[in-house]
Amino acid sequence: MSRHLWISARILALLVAVYAVRSVSPVHAVARPIVAVSSGTINRNERSEASQEYPNEARAIPVEQYASPVEMLMSPNGARLYVLCQESGEIQVLDAFSGRVLKRIGVGRVPRGFTLSPNADKLYVASSWDDHVAVIDTQRLQVIATWKVGAEPTSIAVDHSGTQLFVANRISNDVAVLNAKTGSEQRRLEAGRGASYLTMATDGSRLLVTHVYPNLGEYRTVPESEITVIDPHNAHVVERMPLHSIAGAFHVALSNDGHLGVVAHLHPKNLVPLAHVEHGWIFGDSITVFGTDIGKGIHGSVEVPLDELDRYFSYPFGVAIAPDKRHIYVTNAGADVVTVVDVSKLLAYIHAHPGGFAQNLGASAHYVTARIAVGANPRGVLLSRDGRHLYVANRLDDTVSVVNTSTERVEKTFPLDGPKTISALRKGERIFYSARYSFQGQIACTNCHIDSTFDGLTWDLEPDGFGIGIVDNRMLEDIRNTAPYKWNGSNPNIPTECGIRTEKYFWRSQNYNDRQLADLTLYIRSIPARPNRWRLPHGQMTSAQERGRALFVRSKDNFGNPIAEKNRCVYCHSGPMGTNQTSFDVGTGKRTDLSGVFDTPQLTNIALTAPYLHDGSARSLEEIWTLYNPADRHGRTNDLTKDQLNDLIEYLKTR
Amino acid sequence: MKKRLLCWLLSLTATAAIAQIPKMPLFRFENFTVANGLPDNHVYAVLVDRDRVWAGTENGLGLYENKHWKVYGTADGLAHRAVLSLALDQRTGDLWAGTMGGLSRISAGRIDSYTQLNSGLSNNVVYGVAVEGDNVWVATAAGGCRLNTRTGEWTLYNDHNTPMSEIWTYNVTATPEKVYYAVWGSGVLELNQKTGRWDKYDDPDGENELVLFKDQGLVHEIVTSVSYVDNILWIGTYMGDSRYDGRYWHNFLMKDSGLPSNFTNLVKGVDATHAWFCTDKGLAYYDGVNWAVYRPSLKDGRPEMTVRDAAGKVTRIAVTTAPAHNYVLGIDFQGKDIWVATAKGLSHGVRLNAK
Repeated sequence: MSRHLWISARILALLVAVYAVRSVSPVHAVARPIVAVSSGTINRNERSEASQEYPNEARAIPVEQYASPVEMLMSPNGARLYVLCQESGEIQVLDAFSGRVLKRIGVGRVPRGFTLSPNADKLYVASSWDDHVAVIDTQRLQVIATWKVGAEPTSIAVDHSGTQLFVANRISNDVAVLNAKTGSEQRRLEAGRGASYLTMATDGSRLLVTHVYPNLGEYRTVPESEITVIDPHNAHVVERMPLHSIAGAFHVALSNDGHLGVVAHLHPKNLVPLAHVEHGWIFGDSITVFGTDIGKGIHGSVEVPLDELDRYFSYPFGVAIAPDKRHIYVTNAGADVVTVVDVSKLLAYIHAHPGGFAQNLGASAHYVTARIAVGANPRGVLLSRDGRHLYVANRLDDTVSVVNTSTERVEKTFPLDGPKTISALRKGERIFYSARYSFQGQIACTNCHIDSTFDGLTWDLEPDGFGIGIVDNRMLEDIRNTAPYKWNGSNPNIPTECGIRTEKYFWRSQNYNDRQLADLTLYIRSIPARPNRWRLPHGQMTSAQERGRALFVRSKDNFGNPIAEKNRCVYCHSGPMGTNQTSFDVGTGKRTDLSGVFDTPQLTNIALTAPYLHDGSARSLEEIWTLYNPADRHGRTNDLTKDQLNDLIEYLKTR
Repeated sequence: MKKRLLCWLLSLTATAAIAQIPKMPLFRFENFTVANGLPDNHVYAVLVDRDRVWAGTENGLGLYENKHWKVYGTADGLAHRAVLSLALDQRTGDLWAGTMGGLSRISAGRIDSYTQLNSGLSNNVVYGVAVEGDNVWVATAAGGCRLNTRTGEWTLYNDHNTPMSEIWTYNVTATPEKVYYAVWGSGVLELNQKTGRWDKYDDPDGENELVLFKDQGLVHEIVTSVSYVDNILWIGTYMGDSRYDGRYWHNFLMKDSGLPSNFTNLVKGVDATHAWFCTDKGLAYYDGVNWAVYRPSLKDGRPEMTVRDAAGKVTRIAVTTAPAHNYVLGIDFQGKDIWVATAKGLSHGVRLNAK
């Protein structure tokens, strides 16, 4: 093949593009993006992404539909392995011994969690983008009902009597309690922000809830998360276990005797200037252990680092405790390994260090006994009942690793049904979720953009001086046509944002090569906006939203005075994304900012992304105008009545 | 022998006399002040949640549990130290506290606060709060509002969209069918939740303090409290109280009832016929016919209980305890017991004649 032809083939192989909906089948129920891409050299100084970054955009082809397994369950007799596939929107039912796929059951868009009924005759699946629970008859292996639930149901649990279902809703930050027979919702329990993962105690006495975002706190204070503890009998929240300095808590596990609990999470260092990466400066990867085994009472907890002095094990996600309680298994999703913790050694270390050791990167050598390499982006883990095998869902490999817990080696790998070729988009997604590109493997893009969204934190990450240029982390959904990037608008396109800037200021490590950067850019451009939960069907609006829209586009204030064009909401926040892609000084600059001129942020799903303003100083949409717009520079708003401001906000939530 | 006979006769006489007095609840009051752990003696509101008791005081929110007080303040996230009103979400166990500086939700120890600056709350001075389904209804110094806890949407009710002529709402009571606001100087507002229609009940005599015709309508425009139970609306005002069954009004004034005062801070209906009245001159109970008043004597501060029968005969009952103060601001029930918020302490009324 001539060099010419080889390059053409390479370009063709990497073609893909912008949003379209693939035909829906029971298995392929997910609205799939189609992404346009080129490969090869990208001119990082080019400004127009659409025309120059992706010259072959016209030649768009559909992307592959990968399974992306994230969670697993096993039938009581150990014969079947149920694998929850997030991207293909299905359950793949496997023979647990051979790994053969027996059945594929479509359940809805972006399922994230599932559970079996106590007698295992039903499988309840939470489909986070359809806001429903799919009920599967495990005899017939088919969906027999779908029940509407809250906003972005992400995990589901059932009580021991099989009468109540608990559903964690990520967007509405609560746990819905459903009648397990009818699906009717009985109540909502206030959880933490980004309620996402549920674990029922073996004896059914308590239900634990973890959260992917920290609770909203005071400006520039240490992130505070919680484990919400629910009494399943009366369906009340009975306790909130604090997780200090934690943002991004994922799975939580309890030992069979209930005396030991473990939660996997991130420990961001967002308050200090990001002066360097080494010594865990930006992120710590850790678990918190709690329970009476810790020796500090049920309320006691200890943060346990998993990192090493010169190597990090990014993004602890899945966690399991061996039936004999000798080991804890944690997936490190950004490092493609499973970390094995020896419980007795850990407890001895904890008791020998009563003052805590969360920042001690040398500590893990005393209790981490193995790092088992598995597939790409390992997420959920599942132990066989006898504890001899550990199943690991490799999300970006479409495989399940079967680890022999005695040898601590992967014994088998079960491939799931789905495409076998790896597209450029998939490669980009792998780069996004992998920490291998940063110095000593400390961070991946997803550390701050959890599940390709945001983290609810503000960071001091600019190379402009300590304490200068504090910035709120912006969400990545549907950003492909919102250039420039960065709050100061200095990055003209995504390759600049993700290439030079990321490599230099975040990774402090190797550069991406051009192909990797193209793939990563392709993936980021493909991240869709999740469904907006405040919009009514068919473009309808509530009366409050209608009134709010009128205020958004108004040209006269309440006193009949004309509002200058540039001082109308709709001027800067124009177009489908809610940005005119231009920077303005809206009077929100502070002494800690080098300039008061900021990029106009897009409004996509703005209701979800608190805090607000460039530095996250507004904790709610209301505060943007009640506290930070005294001179009407951020739009003419000081004439609004309280009713009108509420209406404006109801409209903004629909964006 | 003579002595024993005399005692027996006296006892018989006393029993006969008591038998003619309507049997009203008797209590032994145990009082709490700062001396035994209450955050502040000025108690605006009290709420019982099974074996736990919440006290909204001028200087923090107190929780009495297992015979100990735990105090929540602004450092814990409370919107303001002065807690004016309390409501329990029975379904979730969450407590809502209306304060001088916003509305707070207390959920398993975590406090989230809503203010007029950080949320759609109409005003920071929250006089009243009620929970109905997913809705939290709020009475503020600048109108009423409703928070839908599922959607996060705030809806404001004021002179723009209701018949409210004043926006100083003092109290709210809510059911899935009806919501009532007590409006200071503007009567009672009723929202029919099925139709979305607002109605307004005013004093037919206007804003003066006359009552020209008894039971012709709401007793007075300065309404401080509403309590809707068993389809009956009990109303407290600064100039007497009213009972409204949807068609007929019945008013209560000192001159023709057992009320110790016309100045009522709060009325709480037990059912369609029984209600408690928290006044500036004591706590009153009405059983549909008879009245009982509990208070420290206005003359000498000694414990006092009086019973007024249907004929208007008032009998003093010998008691050894009374609520902490005669300025009563709130009441709640714990089985047969009562808890009473007063201007100078919180009182636990332990029921003595429950059977």
